[in-house]
Amino acid sequence: MTAILFSNARLIDPEAGTDGPGSLLVGDGRIGGRGAPDEAAPEGAEIVDCGGRVLAPGLIDWGVKIGEPGERHKESFRSAGLAAAAGGVTTIIARPDTAPPIDTPESLEFVTRRAADAKVNIRHMAALTKQRAGREMVEIGFLSDLGAAAFTDGVRVVSDSKLLSRCMAYARGTGALIVGHPQDAGLSKGAAATSGKFASLYGIPAVSPMAEVMGLDRDLALVAMTGCRWHADQVTLAAALPALRRARAAGLDVTAGISIHHLTLNEFDVGDYRTFFRFTPPLRSEDDREAMVQAVAEGVIDVIASFHTPQDEESKRLPFEAAAPGAVGLQTLLPAAMRLYHQGGLSLPQLWRAMSLNPAKRLGLEAGRLTPGAPADLVLFDPDAPFVLDRFALLSKSKNTPFDGARMEGRVSGTWIGGNRVFGGAS
Amino acid sequence: MSFRARHLLGIDHLSPPEIVTLLDLAQDYAGLNRRTIKHSDALAGMTQINMFFENSTRTQSSFELAGMRLGADVMNMSMQTSSVKKGETLIDTALTLNAMQPDLLVVRHPQSGAVNLLAEKVNCAVINAGDGRHEHPTQALLDALTIRRAKGRLHRLSVAICGDIAHSRVARSNLILLGKMENRIRLIGPATLMPAGVGEMGVEVFEDMREGLRGADVVMMLRLQRERMDGGFIPSEREYYHRWGLDAEKLALAAPDAIVMHPGPMNRGVEIDGTIADDINRSVIQDQVEMGVAVRMAALDLLARNLRAERGAAAAGVMV
Repeated sequence: MTAILFSNARLIDPEAGTDGPGSLLVGDGRIGGRGAPDEAAPEGAEIVDCGGRVLAPGLIDWGVKIGEPGERHKESFRSAGLAAAAGGVTTIIARPDTAPPIDTPESLEFVTRRAADAKVNIRHMAALTKQRAGREMVEIGFLSDLGAAAFTDGVRVVSDSKLLSRCMAYARGTGALIVGHPQDAGLSKGAAATSGKFASLYGIPAVSPMAEVMGLDRDLALVAMTGCRWHADQVTLAAALPALRRARAAGLDVTAGISIHHLTLNEFDVGDYRTFFRFTPPLRSEDDREAMVQAVAEGVIDVIASFHTPQDEESKRLPFEAAAPGAVGLQTLLPAAMRLYHQGGLSLPQLWRAMSLNPAKRLGLEAGRLTPGAPADLVLFDPDAPFVLDRFALLSKSKNTPFDGARMEGRVSGTWIGGNRVFGGAS
Repeated sequence: MSFRARHLLGIDHLSPPEIVTLLDLAQDYAGLNRRTIKHSDALAGMTQINMFFENSTRTQSSFELAGMRLGADVMNMSMQTSSVKKGETLIDTALTLNAMQPDLLVVRHPQSGAVNLLAEKVNCAVINAGDGRHEHPTQALLDALTIRRAKGRLHRLSVAICGDIAHSRVARSNLILLGKMENRIRLIGPATLMPAGVGEMGVEVFEDMREGLRGADVVMMLRLQRERMDGGFIPSEREYYHRWGLDAEKLALAAPDAIVMHPGPMNRGVEIDGTIADDINRSVIQDQVEMGVAVRMAALDLLARNLRAERGAAAAGVMV
């Protein structure tokens, strides 16, 4: 493969925490050296003139639902790959909550083979319990050997604490990472919104935000008991942060994530029962949203992801409480994150730490950084380019986005995987 | 005589000299058992009752044979089909039996500590044939005799105990006995099958079996109960066998002359490969069964001697 010189770029290095002009050399699919913006290209190198736009590590989107197997009409590996490439996502960490779930070495091998259809990197998480039923642990050893990135039952909480403690104890032995969904399953059963004035006036079944605090407290106690590696998929409340801070201070191997939607939207966005704004957990208050943006800035929350959840039209064209939760996000993660850059006070290196470097470190991936030798998974975008989002222009098979018609900024003009261009034409 | 115990309730209350005394006598009985006429009158005229509140074919028949070879009158009571079903408490059962004037009582019970409770209520000598997940002293003693015969000594050996340590009374008794005799003990198994507080027991703990077996002189496999295989403690039989089943490849990491032990009954293909269990150069599993009878004879004999001495002293009006 020939070398590529990205000249005249604004380089975002989440590891060094820098944002500045420069050029980047790529060879053999890996990051080479960095130079001045107008660095001369080596002999025979292809030159990509970035025109002052941002060049950053490609996004690593942790927690993407793809409809294979079982719901291919909602999303296939191919369509998810196209959407990801267009959104600057170079690595998808796929969820196991498919039908049937990814809970055996055989099903993991199946999706690993099928994922070759996608033009971006895909790593798979496996279920934590068989059938995600919360009764028996999966073959954590075999699945780890086959490359399962982590183990999770998704938003289905393992409510049997004894079983969860055994899963964690067993996982500690293989070094496997468990991803939990902090929530008290009993309290949050049937809820579609966060309890409070809004949900009460609209009559939507709601759950106290304390259900998340309770779930997090229980899970952290079990982590302290077993010593396993643990990641909270979504922590969305200011009230949950002290527990997270305490766990870290006590030396537990714990990290936490949040969805981009909980950082950019709040409970009032549901408005007139708009089902595209139904999420699990439900959207929170504006105070919580602001506190969580601050928590990302401080590094208390490690990971931002889209929690891409494709739903067909019929799953959403229902009364609010009956509608399926979740939204697509592979293509809107980056522009939505730009809202936090332009208005939320987060710098680009801070955002890229949460969207590329931290997930890579937590999952043991080489990508997610601009360090020489790392895979040349890159995104080139203009953070200021404005557009109005049309949901039918999205490349996902499903079009359920809460940002339909929204004014956004941040347009991707090129995506590279291992030095190969997978999105964007001549620059 | 250095064996002073009134009951054999566990290894915990035995001193190293008591253990050695018992093993030496068992060694003699092992010789007797290989003769055609396997008879001694050590227990002639005494009554031995085997009370098994939990099913066991091999342990019960081993005790039965041991008592018969020493000339005792042996009675087996299968407690699962008896008055226990009618609601009698353990203490009432003990008092009823005690009134029949037995001399030796062999008891197995599914609850830890039940045999100790029973021993407080009767006038005869009591042998614990396994209580819950607490102790199984004769199993540890027969394992010790087997090791001593195979390796020529019972100290300064590296012994790896593998499998379901948490639920195993065999593991507990062995841990105590081998520790008392100054051996190096390694416990191997998934964290879900390790007892809590294992770090304070003076043993080395390994989750990786290969690492744990390295250089071991004795490899002691434990039985994995069926009900633990279904995802509650371990994911599946096949993953357990892959990671903690003893096969030739893993055994090759142990000392070249390492012996393989199993208290039985075995699950071939779950915790142990069938060909290793059958390998006469490595496996001492059949020796363990043979030594079982000898060790139980020695235990019955020693307890009977102490019982006679105690009763004789009482009859003579001597305080003991």
